[in-house]
Amino acid sequence: MTIDVLYFAWVRERIGLPREKVVTQAATVAALVDELRGREERYAAAFADLSALRVALDQELSEFDAPLDGVREVAFFPPMTGG
Amino acid sequence: MSVRVQAEPFDAGAETAGFTAAQHDAGAVVTFTGIVRDVEGGLLRMEIEHYPGMTQSAIARIAEEAVSRWSLADVLVIHRFGALTPGEPIMMVATAARHRAEAFAAAEFLMDYLKSRAPFWKKEITREGAAWVEARDADEDALRRW
Repeated sequence: MTIDVLYFAWVRERIGLPREKVVTQAATVAALVDELRGREERYAAAFADLSALRVALDQELSEFDAPLDGVREVAFFPPMTGG
Repeated sequence: MSVRVQAEPFDAGAETAGFTAAQHDAGAVVTFTGIVRDVEGGLLRMEIEHYPGMTQSAIARIAEEAVSRWSLADVLVIHRFGALTPGEPIMMVATAARHRAEAFAAAEFLMDYLKSRAPFWKKEITREGAAWVEARDADEDALRRW
């Protein structure tokens, strides 16, 4: 499956791009993160500490153990600082 | 209910006047305006990034929750993104209810949730460099009281 993967704030800066299409068979967000970590050092650096990251699936806040089945858009970002 | 996510500045006074004038059954209007705070070392600007596909719906859901919990007559949320300078309004909320207790509580609820559940990220640019504003544990703790 092909998923749109989006990065925001320092995750975007560390990886060096705002979004990309990723072809993956990963069953969960955590499995996708493992695949991305294995790509290049900049991904490994961005995903070094998952407790510092949040994930949204199809624009809804989710968890790293959530399944990717049917998901079209995954976004990774640091804790939000609105208001 | 009105939710606006925009790069353009807004006039908090005019928004408050318009929101208040539109109410008929409410006895209380509470507003809060957040402005860009300067930091030591001199803030040149604050850059606010957001997640365009998610921001509007995430805020709308928070606002709907506030309306149903406090039986609000109306709610307004405006949140800006892009580059802002110290003293500029970043965002505002307005709540209208029959009585002030509901309007105050709903405004606080909105602020607590917008802080850590609306997909915005702030970056402060000073003469010394740029740094992302980190979320505080206190922000997350604030959600537990609701």
